[in-house]
Amino acid sequence: MERITKKVRLGSRLEKLVPGLLLAIASISILTSIGIVFTLVVDASHFFKEVPLSEIFSKELAPLRSKDPSFGFLPLIMGTLTTSVIAMLVAAPIGLMAAMYLSEFVKPKMRRILKPIIELLAGIPTIVYGFFAYNFVTPLLMKWIPDLGAKNVLSPGIVMGIMIIPIVTSLSEDAMSAVPKVIREGAYGLGSTRLETTVKVILPAAISGVIASFVLAISRAIGETMIVTIASGSSKQFTTSIIEPMQTMTAYIVEFTSGDAGSGTIGYYSLYAVGLLLFVFTLCMNLLAKYIIKKYRREY
Amino acid sequence: MTKTTVPESHRTHKYIDPEKAHQRVKKRVMINNIAHVLFFLTIVFAMAVLCVLIFNIIKDSIGWLDWKFITGKLSIKPEKAGIKGVIMGSALLMAVVAPVTLFVGVATAIYMEEYSKKGAIHALININIANLAGVPSVIFGLLGLTVFGRLFGLGSSILAGGLTLSLLVLPNVVVASQEAIKAVPNSLREASYGLGATKWTTVRKVVLPGALPGIMTGSILALSRAIGETAPLVVLGIPTLIMKIPTGVMDDFTALPIQIYYWTLDTVLTKEYANLAAATIVVLLGTLFVLNSAAIIIRNKFQRRY
Repeated sequence: MERITKKVRLGSRLEKLVPGLLLAIASISILTSIGIVFTLVVDASHFFKEVPLSEIFSKELAPLRSKDPSFGFLPLIMGTLTTSVIAMLVAAPIGLMAAMYLSEFVKPKMRRILKPIIELLAGIPTIVYGFFAYNFVTPLLMKWIPDLGAKNVLSPGIVMGIMIIPIVTSLSEDAMSAVPKVIREGAYGLGSTRLETTVKVILPAAISGVIASFVLAISRAIGETMIVTIASGSSKQFTTSIIEPMQTMTAYIVEFTSGDAGSGTIGYYSLYAVGLLLFVFTLCMNLLAKYIIKKYRREY
Repeated sequence: MTKTTVPESHRTHKYIDPEKAHQRVKKRVMINNIAHVLFFLTIVFAMAVLCVLIFNIIKDSIGWLDWKFITGKLSIKPEKAGIKGVIMGSALLMAVVAPVTLFVGVATAIYMEEYSKKGAIHALININIANLAGVPSVIFGLLGLTVFGRLFGLGSSILAGGLTLSLLVLPNVVVASQEAIKAVPNSLREASYGLGATKWTTVRKVVLPGALPGIMTGSILALSRAIGETAPLVVLGIPTLIMKIPTGVMDDFTALPIQIYYWTLDTVLTKEYANLAAATIVVLLGTLFVLNSAAIIIRNKFQRRY
């Protein structure tokens, strides 16, 4: 009898401890966020203290120049924007058409087979895409564009576009499938073809989800690292030509941490400044996607 | 009463010209069919890219991927190079990531679904996890570099890399576990309470076993994401060529994706490095295939529908 009471008492003490313990563990994820913001802001502040804003928004990036290094981030921003735009030019039409096909043109059974195939594209590690872009796509493109450099932004942009097709397809397809059947059948009843129903009725009804999927895909493209590090080179020249090499923000971080900058130098702190910029860019994109979904979603 | 007058043109002409209407319908159907084919081609395109990618990598790896390559040591000479140390590095990395993410991820999910009131903290953690999932992996590398590498003094060891990757895939595990726990019906919990079980006992003996297949599937998928992640590890500053085979979590190391990265970069110097990279990619993709198959099998075989 005494043993049982003891056991129950021990159990009830454990019972009181558990929620606290679990909360402590759950707060690790919050600590991670705080840690990210903290490390970026603290180390970037060293950078912003030393480098004037006018220099940051200049076109001259020469972080390793021993005499008077220059930290203009415009070439990096240009590189990131260019690769992302190329990627979206590939991913938006293909991804959306695939989504329309899966949602409106095939039977659910076929969809269950085809959708995972598209999603396989998202499961391949980005380093593999980087290898593919550098060793296959660039040589292939060189046949048509003789001036293309061994490192350029066109090839990684296209490959990155292929990588983010599943993001567009998956989310757009979910949004279109969620449009209630009565609306679809109303359109068919008026004599619309499948295409007309899809483009004129389903797509407008699901537009918030589709746009959100685009925004998330852009955010993913901005944050993508390995493909551009391998295939678009580390040229710090400011250029607008897509057949020339450019460096993206992510590639800059990778190049610099791989041993070029000693801890405590401005070059080292510039990493965190670029990281902060990248973090703010992607965070804004993600919040924008969430806002679009929340604001423009139609409830049926 | 005004008399409606029918215009002259309407009496002589029909409202709809059947011939024209037929033409129009034909045109609309044709456009529809063209679009149908075009849309289908996007799926074909995706499949074709996958096939070309895999075919090319396998083609490049033929003649290089053999037992000697898998069990040999790294070397500067391409024909002598092997990836035993690299595989060991990846395996030890996963030995850190798997328990850490599983423990933290499941505990977080249990707290969220079973203990927390749906209030401010609940919302905060949920929003936080959703946002963490969208942070680029290279940023996690910077976090790992500062916190684990410098602050905790772990350098570029397996432990530093493993903890960094754990934080990176944590959102995946938490969300999958939350879904799995939510899927356990309340009637089971009520039955357990009815038998006099306490909350923690119910969670341990009823909820967790019911949610286990879903948790496992999510964790394996998270692990397969972690094993292919390159950027955070490169940012941590993993040395280029490590000859020593790692044995513990404090050793310096190189992992499959990192080795692929360096070999791909070095193809400028030695062309054969591309073959080595391809062979390593085959090993990596093979591992991913096994992991994903395991996840699908677990989901199909053990997942209970209530």
